[in-house]
Amino acid sequence: MNTGFIRTIGRVNFIAILIILALAVAVPYGNLVAPPTSLVYVPDYMVALLGKFLTYAMLAVSLNLVWGYGGILSLGHGAFFALGGYVMGMYLMRQIGDRGVYSNPILPDFMVFLNWKELPWFWWGFDQFWFAALMIVLVPGLLAFVFGWFAFRSRVSGVYLSIITQAMTYALLLAFFRNDMGFGGNNGLTDFKDILGFNLQSQETRATLFALSAVFLAGFLLLVAWITTSRYGKLLVATRDAESRTRFLGYRPERVKLFVWTLSAMMAGIAGALYVPQIGIINPGEFAPANSIEVVIWAAVGGRGTILGPVVGAFLVNGGKSWFTGLFPEFWLFVLGALFVLTTLYLPKGIIGTVKGFWQARNARKQSQKDADVPKDTSRPATVEAPAE
Amino acid sequence: MKKLTSSMLYLDDVSVAFDGFKAINSLSLVLEPGEMRAIIGPNGAGKTTMMDIITGKTRPDRGSVYFDGDVDLTRFDESAIATMGIGRKFQKPTVFESHSVEDNILLSMSGDQTISSLLFGRKSIGEKQRIDEILATIRLDGLRHEQAENLSHGQKQWLEIGMLLAQNPKLLLIDEPVAGMTDAETVETARLLREIAKTHAVIVVEHDMDFVRDLDVKVTCLHEGSVLAEGPLEHVSANEEVIDVYLGR
Repeated sequence: MNTGFIRTIGRVNFIAILIILALAVAVPYGNLVAPPTSLVYVPDYMVALLGKFLTYAMLAVSLNLVWGYGGILSLGHGAFFALGGYVMGMYLMRQIGDRGVYSNPILPDFMVFLNWKELPWFWWGFDQFWFAALMIVLVPGLLAFVFGWFAFRSRVSGVYLSIITQAMTYALLLAFFRNDMGFGGNNGLTDFKDILGFNLQSQETRATLFALSAVFLAGFLLLVAWITTSRYGKLLVATRDAESRTRFLGYRPERVKLFVWTLSAMMAGIAGALYVPQIGIINPGEFAPANSIEVVIWAAVGGRGTILGPVVGAFLVNGGKSWFTGLFPEFWLFVLGALFVLTTLYLPKGIIGTVKGFWQARNARKQSQKDADVPKDTSRPATVEAPAE
Repeated sequence: MKKLTSSMLYLDDVSVAFDGFKAINSLSLVLEPGEMRAIIGPNGAGKTTMMDIITGKTRPDRGSVYFDGDVDLTRFDESAIATMGIGRKFQKPTVFESHSVEDNILLSMSGDQTISSLLFGRKSIGEKQRIDEILATIRLDGLRHEQAENLSHGQKQWLEIGMLLAQNPKLLLIDEPVAGMTDAETVETARLLREIAKTHAVIVVEHDMDFVRDLDVKVTCLHEGSVLAEGPLEHVSANEEVIDVYLGR
C-alpha cells in the first residue's frame, strides 16, 4: 500500500474506508466482548440497525456509480437490491429443511400450503451456498444487462430511461405479489433459521453479518474509487457530460453505459443479499417504486458524483428516518419530500460535493495567492469549481 | 484492390429529405487528399446536414458517399466512421467540461479501445508525447491541468480542434470554428487551421467572410441543399446568384 495508491483513490476516501473497516471490528467487539456497562458497548438493536444502514449505503454507492458518474438516473435500483435479497432468501428457505411448520424436508412451507408437490426448477440448486452466491450477482446482472442492452442501444436516455426503470421495478412488484410466481407471494420469504449452518438469531452470527457488510461497503468504495480514476471512469463522466462527442470520437457510449449499469446492478444485488439475513424477511414490498426513489434521495443528499456522498447520505437520511418515525411516524414522507426539494434547491451537489467545493475553492485561493507572490502565469482563473454535476 | 476514386471524400448526387423538406438536393462534392475546403451558404443551405451525412448521423435517401477512395460511408454509424478517420467539430464547442484539458486530449486518443483496456490501461510514453505535441499546436500547453469548463469560449474551440487532432483523423470536418470569437482569436484560428491543413484534409463551414478569405482556399457555396458555386473566393463571391442568396448587394 504505497502513497501512489492513496493518491489515486484520494486521501479523504482512504481514511473513510479505514474507518469503515475499523467499524467492522469495533462494533462486533462492542457488542460481543464489551460489558453492557462499558462506554463502547453496542446493544443488539444497534448492531442490527447499523448493519441495515450499511447495506443501504452499499445500494446508494451502486446507484451513485451509474447516476453520479454515468448520468443514468435509475428509479428502479431497488429492484436489483430486492432480487439479490430474494436469491439470498431462497437459499435461507432451503436451509430451513424439515424444521418448517409442515416439516417438509424439501419444500418450503408456502409451497406445501399451495399444495405443490415438487420443487419448481428455478428453486433447484439453492440449497448450495456457492450456487446462491453466484446467483446473487448473476440474476440482477442478467436483468440489468438485457434491460440496458435494449435501452442503451435504442439510445433511450434521460427522463425516459428513468421512467422505464421505474416501470421495471413496478412490474416486478406486481409479479412477485402473485402466489403462482413461486416466491411466497404477498408474504415473501421468512422464518429463516441458519446461514451456512450458523444460527441467524445468535449474536455472533449477527455481528459477523455486520462485519461482512462493512467489509463489502469498504470494498465497493475502493472499487468505485478505482473505476472512476481509470481512463474508463473518465470516459464514463465524458459520456455523462457530452455523449455525442464521445460517439464522434469513435467510442460506443452504449457499451460504456451497459458495463457500468450491469456492474452496478450486481453491486445492488450483493447489498440486498446482505440485507435479508439481517432483517429476517424479504417480500415484494422491497420492489416498491418509492424505495428506489428513496435511494436517489440518499445519494442526492450525500452528494452524487462523489465517492463518499452516498454513504453519508444513506446514514444521515436513514438515521433521521429512524429518529423521526419514532416521534411523528405519519409525517416522515413529508419530511423526505421536503428534504429532496431543499437539497435540489440549496445543495445541488449534496453535502460532500458542497464541502469539497469549499475546500477546493480555498486551496485555489491559497494557490493564487502564491502565484501572486511569484507573478508569472496569470491565465489561471482564481476559482476552481468542483466537478460539474 | 483498385480504389473507386482517388479522392479523400466523394459525394455524388446525394439527397435527403426530412418530412418532405429536401435538406440536401442532389449534392455532389469532391475533396482531394490534403485539400482544405471552405463551405459557405445561407442558413438552411444544408451545411450541417451534409456533415451529418458524412459522419453517419443521418442516412441519405439517395446518392453515394465514399471516403478515402472506396469506403461507402452510408453503411456505417458514427463511432465506426470516427474510428476510420473522420473527426468532427460541432458548431457549439463540445468538450468534456469536468475534465482537465489534458484528459480531454487523452480521452480523444483512445476511441478504439475495449472497456477492459480502458479500465486497466495506463498512459503510455507515446501518448504523453502526443499530448504535448497537440497542446503545443493548439497553444494550450500552459493550461493543461485546467478544467475545461474554466476555459474561455475561444479556448474551448481550440481544445475541441485539439481533440480532433488527437483522434488522428484523415479528414476533419469543422463547423463554424470562429463563431463568437474575438478578432485576435479568429486570426489565431485561421493560422491553426492552415497548419492542420498541411497534414490533413479539412472541410470548414463558416459564415465569417474575412476568416474564409484568410484561409485562402477553394470555396463551395451551398444553397437549398446543392452546390451553387465553387472555386476560388474571388470567383465565388463575384457570382451573381451567390450575391443574391447569400452575400447580399
